[in-house]
Amino acid sequence: MTVKMVSFNLRGVMNEGNATRRESPDGHVRFVDVQKSYDGETLVVKNLNLDIARGEFLTMLGPSGSGKTTCLMMLAGFETATHGDILLDGKPINNVPPHKRGIGMVFQNYALFPHMTVAENLAFPLQVRKLGKADVEAKVKRALEMVELPQMGARRPAQLSGGQQQRVAVARALVFEPDLVLMDEPLGALDKQLREQMQYEIKHIHENLGVTVVYVTHDQAEALTMSDRIAVFNDGIIQQLSTPDVLYEKPENSFVAQFIGENNRLNGKVTAVSDGDCRVVLEDGREVNALSVNVGGAGSQTTLSIRPERIEIDPASTLPNMLDGKIAELIYLGDHVRTRLEVAGHDDFVVKLPNTQSRRPLHDGQPVKVGWRTEDCRALDPFGG
Amino acid sequence: MATVSDHMTPGIGQVAVDAPLTAADGTPLRKKLAQANRRARLRATLLVAPLLLFVLITFIVPIGQMLVRSFHEPTFSEVLPRTTEALKQWDGADLPDEAVFAAFADDLKDAKENRTIGQVATRVNYAYAGSRSAFTSAARKSTGFEAPYKEALIAADDVWGERDLWAVMKRASKSYTPEFYLAAVDRTTDVDGNIVMVDDFRQIYVKILLRTLYLAGVITGLCLLLGYPVAFLLASLPTRTSNLLMILVLLPFWTSLLVRTTAWIALLQSQGIINDVLVAMWLIDDDSRLQMIYNQTGTIIAMTHILLPFSILPLFSVMKTIPPTYMRAARSLGATPWTAFWKIYVPQTVPGIAAGVLLVFILAVGYYITPALVGGQDGQLISNFIALHMQKTLNWSMAAALGGILLATIMVLYWLFNKIVGIDRLKLG
Ligand SMILES: Nc1ncnc2c1ncn2[C@@H]1O[C@H](COP(=O)(O)OP(=O)(O)O)[C@@H](O)[C@H]1O
Ligand SMILES: [Mg+2]
Repeated sequence: MTVKMVSFNLRGVMNEGNATRRESPDGHVRFVDVQKSYDGETLVVKNLNLDIARGEFLTMLGPSGSGKTTCLMMLAGFETATHGDILLDGKPINNVPPHKRGIGMVFQNYALFPHMTVAENLAFPLQVRKLGKADVEAKVKRALEMVELPQMGARRPAQLSGGQQQRVAVARALVFEPDLVLMDEPLGALDKQLREQMQYEIKHIHENLGVTVVYVTHDQAEALTMSDRIAVFNDGIIQQLSTPDVLYEKPENSFVAQFIGENNRLNGKVTAVSDGDCRVVLEDGREVNALSVNVGGAGSQTTLSIRPERIEIDPASTLPNMLDGKIAELIYLGDHVRTRLEVAGHDDFVVKLPNTQSRRPLHDGQPVKVGWRTEDCRALDPFGG
Repeated sequence: MATVSDHMTPGIGQVAVDAPLTAADGTPLRKKLAQANRRARLRATLLVAPLLLFVLITFIVPIGQMLVRSFHEPTFSEVLPRTTEALKQWDGADLPDEAVFAAFADDLKDAKENRTIGQVATRVNYAYAGSRSAFTSAARKSTGFEAPYKEALIAADDVWGERDLWAVMKRASKSYTPEFYLAAVDRTTDVDGNIVMVDDFRQIYVKILLRTLYLAGVITGLCLLLGYPVAFLLASLPTRTSNLLMILVLLPFWTSLLVRTTAWIALLQSQGIINDVLVAMWLIDDDSRLQMIYNQTGTIIAMTHILLPFSILPLFSVMKTIPPTYMRAARSLGATPWTAFWKIYVPQTVPGIAAGVLLVFILAVGYYITPALVGGQDGQLISNFIALHMQKTLNWSMAAALGGILLATIMVLYWLFNKIVGIDRLKLG
């Protein structure tokens, strides 16, 4: 389903605006040294510093309880920061009440007002802004068209499907033309197919309107699909803030490597560091080369991270790192075969073999050699420690 | 009829005959379903039968009986059957003829023997004040009466020569009468059968009914006004604190109604705590102490206190189910806290408001003990008059008629309420 971009060109920011926006980002939202504690004992958000550019789609990604919602609520004005400043367009908003911040918000369970029709829900933000009746009607109509529900204005939220409610919630957050929209796990209640469709729709709406979106999710695939940049949260701290491709290909610590995409971990100890590379001795005594990303000096513990699609089984040419392994399981997934191996004392070493013509038949228990390039193997901080 | 079970091994083609579907044993599916449902219904009926019986015996039958009593009063025709028969012939223009008096004298003898004359005397006395003693003394002398009875009776007491008394008796001889309902709205029939207002000084019931509705309305309004913020607080506090406060709300339920009412007397009376404090603070003079009890104020204060939980509980149970995200959503859309509350929160609590209002109003309209204790003269409600007729004047038909009017009033209000709010939106908890 495509999103209509007709007639909802809010302030003339269209696709062509995107390119320039990315090159010269002007700070729209800034978190400066923000801390938050609910109970006075633990910090739920620890020293958050974050710049969000105008028109950017920024996702806060992290496991449940990592403080994402808290950050969003502080930005929306429903929680106060215990320490630090939040700036909107360069102005601190700590003392601005929520209804004066002009921030659109989509809640996890939509929070559509059950006693109002869809049209009344959409009209609400316009009416509290004292817009004229004709104006309100025109904007409501356009907003309903934008989310492809032009016939649904007279219905009550309870008479809509989950996906339709979701769209109404998005439309309501946008109908009063805010420059900043917050979304807290807006797709969490939808089934997988609908969720994927809505991801594209929201993405397109963002591109068409040019609003800044701060999006919260715990679903890494969703974050990768939609975002300009992703802030990976864990334990109240931003672990890494990058574009999706960098996050996937160049994780800076083992949490990010593990949280985003699939990842093979090998624990070991650094024996030597030189010039961006390091030598690591694994738990079973074998030595490998790795890219030194986030390790201490020689003697420190490390976790190696290798993506499953960067590993070759019985490589044609010799690779810098070769280990012996044994096939433990083969799972046929159509486009690729997921192969689980026992390697270096781990039995959860996963390799994805593309289902090409040249694929050689393998069988369970078969001894093989696995190999990878040094630059595909990143030495990170020890996982879980 | 070709059914599936006619064939031991039906092929697919055979199933698709357009005969009605049958169950495995060959009975048509529709019939089978009805059978199965009937059995389930029967079982369910048996399960609720004891309760149904209980409700019938303890609730519906007494109310029905009361309502019947309000317009069916057969005392006269039962005690004086011959007179009743004879009065049917009387045209009411002049005094009845000898036949009526003879029948009456005969009936009096029986009534004397059965000691039932008092009932008739009371019954006629409602409508013809002062006639009671004439009946009892006539019955006493009945064995001495000789024909012509007309002269004999009039000689015994002049009142038997009054046409009006006989007119009242003729009306009383009819078992079915609107008399009590008329009396309950301050009306009566004059001797010629026209509906007229009763004397000015006896016009009380309409005033009482209006006062009852007015006081119940004021009390309901106060309960809503006071209960809404309390329920809001209870619903928005963390569970631990709100449970504690809830106990305070429920505490009155666990104390005797009399204790609570007496406590109000101790607080509000003119030598009571509040007046003492006000006097001690020089806010009022010792000889102009406030009269806060034994009047309408007393009734309003005490009843509002007693009925408050009935408005808090349904409100609380509705508010508890409204997640705070609605208010947040409204705020994020630009509504001030007040607008968010008024436009988003309050409409969602309408079922609770409706339930609280209905509950408090219906309870208040029929309230008895508290107004009796603290209401004084002008704080009495209609129930107090129903009790008066039940216990003091023993005019049960009058009590029943007042009760019937009260019931009808509540039904009308309930109907109106349903029109305006919709009873299906009611939420009691
Ligand atoms: N209103 C609150 N009062 C107390 N603790 C809270 C409150 N909201 C969230 N928390 C705590 O703060 C932490 C972060 O929560 P949250 O921001 O909701 O995380 P996320 O959205 O990433 O799942 C959690 O440990 C949670 O228990
Ligand atoms: Mg959350």
